[in-house]
Amino acid sequence: MGLPIPLIPQLPEGKNFGLLARFENAQTIYTACEKVRDAGYTKWDSHTPFPVHGLDHAMGVKASKLPWLVLITGLSGATGGMLLQWWVSVHAYPLVISGKPLFSWPAFVPVTFELGVLFGALGAVFGMFAFNQLPMLFHPLFSSKAFARATDDGFFISIESWDPKYDETQTAALLREAGAVDVEVVENG
Amino acid sequence: MSHGPRIVDAAQMDLPAGSLWRRLPLVGAVLAVAGFGLSFAMRGGNEEQFYSSWLVAFLYFMSLGLGGLFFVLVQFATKSGWGIVVRRLAENTAASLAVMFLAFIPVYMGLNQLYHHWTDTAHLDAILQGKSPYLNTTRFLIFGLAYLAIWTLLALWFRSGSVKQDTTGDHDLTRRRVKWAGPGLIVFALTSTFASFDWAMSLEPHWYSTIFGVYYFAGSLVCVFAFLSLVIIGLRRAGSLEGFVTVEHMQDMGKLLYAFVVFWAYIGFSQFFLIWYANIPEETVWYLARLTGNWKPFTLFLAVGHFIVPFFFLMSRHAKRKNLTLGVGALWMMFMHLVDMYWLVMPTFQKDGYALTLLDLTTLLAVGGLFLAAFGFFLTRAKLVPAKDPRLIESISFQNF
Repeated sequence: MGLPIPLIPQLPEGKNFGLLARFENAQTIYTACEKVRDAGYTKWDSHTPFPVHGLDHAMGVKASKLPWLVLITGLSGATGGMLLQWWVSVHAYPLVISGKPLFSWPAFVPVTFELGVLFGALGAVFGMFAFNQLPMLFHPLFSSKAFARATDDGFFISIESWDPKYDETQTAALLREAGAVDVEVVENG
Repeated sequence: MSHGPRIVDAAQMDLPAGSLWRRLPLVGAVLAVAGFGLSFAMRGGNEEQFYSSWLVAFLYFMSLGLGGLFFVLVQFATKSGWGIVVRRLAENTAASLAVMFLAFIPVYMGLNQLYHHWTDTAHLDAILQGKSPYLNTTRFLIFGLAYLAIWTLLALWFRSGSVKQDTTGDHDLTRRRVKWAGPGLIVFALTSTFASFDWAMSLEPHWYSTIFGVYYFAGSLVCVFAFLSLVIIGLRRAGSLEGFVTVEHMQDMGKLLYAFVVFWAYIGFSQFFLIWYANIPEETVWYLARLTGNWKPFTLFLAVGHFIVPFFFLMSRHAKRKNLTLGVGALWMMFMHLVDMYWLVMPTFQKDGYALTLLDLTTLLAVGGLFLAAFGFFLTRAKLVPAKDPRLIESISFQNF
C-alpha cells in the first residue's frame, strides 16, 4: 500500500475517488462541514483558498499529534547535544580550558539549546510532511477542472468513496442540502 | 467554541453588585496599614532587615505595575486586536504605579542601610569615587522620583484615554495612543533599566551587569502575565467577562507567560554564562555570594522553579486552556518571581545564608496591600473591558489556530 512517503496517495478502491462539492463562501462551507461531521463521515476533507477560522473544529478534526513528535525530537536533540559535548570534552579529546573542569556544563548550554531547537524544528517540518502524506505528486482531485478554484475563490468539500457512510446519491444529496452549488463525481486515476 | 455572530451581554463588562472584587480597595488598604504597622513595630533594632525586606516587596509589586505598563504600550504599538478585552486590566495594573511613590519613601529613608557601600562618602575607594557622579544620594532621589513620575504619567494617560473612550467612542483617542506608544516604549526601556540599576544593582556598587535591566524586566513580565491570568480567572468566577474573555484569550495569556518564563531563563543564563566564562573576580563576586552557604540550594531552586518546572508544566496547549492548570502555573510563577526578587536583594545583607524573618512577610503585606488598593481602586472605577474600542469585536471573536 504505497511508499512510506507516498508520492502517490493511497486511493479508495474502485472507479470513483468520491464526491467534490463547491460552496459559495466561508460561511456556507463552515456550516456544511458541521453537517458532514454530524452525519458521521470520517474520510473527507475541506479545501479553501484561505484559512477559515475554526474550520478544523467544524470538521471535527482531532488535535494534531505533531506537538508530541516535536517534544520528543527537541528533547532528543538537546540530550544528544549535551552528550556529544560531554563525550568529546571528557573522553575523546580532553582539554583543560581556562582551568575549568573537563565537564563544564554551562559552556555546553548554547549548543545544547541550539540542537534542541534544530531537532525540534526538523521534527516539526518533516513530521508535518509525514502526517500530511507529503510530498504528494498527484491527487485525483486535480482531474476536476472546478477544483482549480480552490486557490482562488472556491470552497470545496471532498468526500472519499471508501468512507463507510459513502453513498453516491445520498451523500450528494446531503452536500446539496448543506448548500453546495455544484456537486461532481471525481474518478480515480 | 463559537463562530459567526455572537451575542455578548454588556453587563458582563461590569463587576456584579455585591461582588467581593468591589471591596478590593478596602481590603488592600487594610492590608497595607496592618502590614506597615506590624513592620514598623518590628523595625526597632532590626533596621537593616526592615529596609531590605521592604526593598524586596517594593521591587516585587513595582514589577507588576511596570509589566502592566509594558503590556499596554505594546498593545497600542502593535495595534493588537486580540488583546483589547484584557487591556483594561493591564491598564489598571499599570496605574498602580501611582501609589509606588509611597512605597518609595521607606526605600529612600533606608538609603544608608541599603546602599551604605556608596552612600558613605567618607569611605569610598577609587572605583566608587569614580562612580560617584552617578552613585550619589541627590541623583538617586531625583532620578527615582522622575522614574515614578514618568511611569505614573504614562500609565494614567493611557488609562484615562481608554476609559474616556468607553463613553465617547472617539477613535482619535486610540490613534493618539498608538502614536505615542512607540516613544513611550523607548522611555519605558530607559527608565526601567536605570531604575533597576539604581534600586537593585547598586546594592553591590562594584559589580555591574549591562543585562541587569533586561533581567528585571523579564521577571516583571512573567509576574504580570501570571497576575493578569489569575485576575481573569477570578473575575470570571465572580460572574464577569463572560463572552468577552474566552478560553482563547486565556491561552494567549498563558502563551505570553510561558514565553517570558523562557525569556527570563535566557537572560538569566546569559548573564551568568558570560561572568562564569570570563571568571574575573570583580564580576564573579555577585554569583559567589549567591552560591555560598545555603544560598546555593536557594539559587538552584530558583533555576529549577522559575524555569524547568514551568517549562514543562505550561508547555501544553491544554495546560494553558484550563483554569485549574493555568491558575496553578500562574500562582507558582508569582511566587517564583518573589523568590527571584529576594535572590536579587538579600545576599547583600545575609552573607552566610538566607534566613527568612517575619518582616519579609509583613513588608510584603504592606506594599502588596498598597498595590491591591490601587489596583482595586482603578478596577472598580471603570468598565472591565474597553467598551467602545474600535477593535473590540475583533478581540471578542479572536480564536487560536
